[in-house]
Amino acid sequence: MPVEIDIAKVAKLARLALNDEQLASYGEQLGAILEHAERVQAMATDDVEPTSHPLAMTNSFRADVVIPSLDRDEVLSQAPDSVEGQFAVPRILE
Amino acid sequence: MSDLADLSITSAHELLDSGETSSSELLDAVLKRAGITESHLHAYLTIDKAGAAEAAARADERIAAGDGAQMTGIPIALKDNMVTKGVETTCSSKILSGWIPPYDGTAVSRLKEVDAVTVGKTNLDEFAMGSSTENSAYGVTRNPWDTERVPGGSSGGSAAVVAAGSAFAALGSDTGGSVRQPAALCGVVGLKPTYGLVSRYGLIAFASSLDQIGPITRSVEDAVVVLEAIAGHDVMDATSYRGAVPDFRAGLSAGVAGLRVGVAAELLRDDMQPEVLAATRKMVDQLSDAGAAVRQVSLPSVEYALSAYYLIAPAEASANLARFDGVRYGLRVDGETTEEMMARTRAEGFGPEVIRRILLGTYALSAGYYDAFYGQAQRVRTLVRRDFAAAYENVDVLVSPTSPTTAFSVGEKSTDPIAMYYSDVCTIPSNLSGDPAISVPIGLDDAGLPIGFQVMAPSLGEPVLFQAAAEIERLADFTARPRLATSEVT
Repeated sequence: MPVEIDIAKVAKLARLALNDEQLASYGEQLGAILEHAERVQAMATDDVEPTSHPLAMTNSFRADVVIPSLDRDEVLSQAPDSVEGQFAVPRILE
Repeated sequence: MSDLADLSITSAHELLDSGETSSSELLDAVLKRAGITESHLHAYLTIDKAGAAEAAARADERIAAGDGAQMTGIPIALKDNMVTKGVETTCSSKILSGWIPPYDGTAVSRLKEVDAVTVGKTNLDEFAMGSSTENSAYGVTRNPWDTERVPGGSSGGSAAVVAAGSAFAALGSDTGGSVRQPAALCGVVGLKPTYGLVSRYGLIAFASSLDQIGPITRSVEDAVVVLEAIAGHDVMDATSYRGAVPDFRAGLSAGVAGLRVGVAAELLRDDMQPEVLAATRKMVDQLSDAGAAVRQVSLPSVEYALSAYYLIAPAEASANLARFDGVRYGLRVDGETTEEMMARTRAEGFGPEVIRRILLGTYALSAGYYDAFYGQAQRVRTLVRRDFAAAYENVDVLVSPTSPTTAFSVGEKSTDPIAMYYSDVCTIPSNLSGDPAISVPIGLDDAGLPIGFQVMAPSLGEPVLFQAAAEIERLADFTARPRLATSEVT
């Protein structure tokens, strides 16, 4: 059985402004893919530890030395909008 | 066929070293080839003629001074998900159209340090999501063996330029088979190194626990040469391997006498293309005749690897791709509020496969479903790793087809995501385990399309991986070349 999902909610969480037609189409496709993905539930049992990463490593430290950062003007030249040396976005607070 | 553009890196290096050719001549040869093939293939998104000419001139000076390394002066292509200072980097996405990165990725800068020559940036499935290079915002790349067919993906542009002779080698990235599968479909060698062996700094992230940069080349030894140039610890990547890099050449001419080679029934399935199965079995017999001890092994959880991968990779992608929001780089579509601007930018800027995977990953990570999907997929990942570990107690390497089929037609699978995902059934397990794997061309199917043979080894087992791969290359004696790389086409 295809999995039923609240696709509008998922799209909102993912910050994707999709129209109703797109939502319906993606919802159907995801349902079919998740039907396949559900097979993992039949396989794994709770006593198996999850693997989040192929390397068994803890913290990775580097020497605490100052290195040059990227050039601010060069970085901002690639931004859609910038003001006073900073990235600019539409107003958040009234 | 005496065109410089068809030489291996090792042969080209000898000619450079002896002064019989120059880096500028090698560059001219690949640019001339690209001039012929690109109208058929569309494998490059950007060709940086001026930058490449400068790099070739520098390389020639260095070689003249007697200071050349193996990669010095060798024209190489980069998948367009690796950031290159001053050269547009798009990830084949509209959302990054026109982006000029302010820095080089580590693999890129290491190639620059030895004065390798970057010819340009190659096409890929958008954000490396796909197996055909059809999911590019800038058009489909075609297979040099048959331009009605796909080159595989996601590093399809990189595989196509190496097969066609418009670069001596290329870098790709492999998250679920994205180096090995296109290499197989284009009749070239493709390596996914051990996770962490090559720094991911400056590789635009898809699924961080799976992504690994690897070379695409025309010989196994060439893969070694490129890997030697780019492997090794990097403080800019916290997941970069900190130990000593193994001696990749240790077994290159050792042959396979006494080598224990495992064949897993789970990776030789009846629904695979018959010619692929036959060629794979024939190579296993040849390995046995060459002195290898062939053993049957079982990898039962591999049956579930594909399903686990298609939860883990989208989950990580949904987090990684959150950075594309119209604020710092690339596309912005205006909105009344910041959130509306971001949501419009992302819906407009990402293509359908990327949106599909972001939605899938967001769902798999969301409250109430996290453990049922993502958590369970991570447990399957553990089981896959256990299966490999158990197999490697009895064998030195594992072998399988690289791809269940040879190159398929453009459009054949583009409307059926699940059929497309199945292309990676043999390659995904090594990404889940983090182990190295390589694809070597071993023959042609009835339609004249190349067949790839995959060798897998335990983590940091590159020396034994290359040992087996070099012998397979000798046994297969694969000398066929795509029509587009011969003088028939002008």
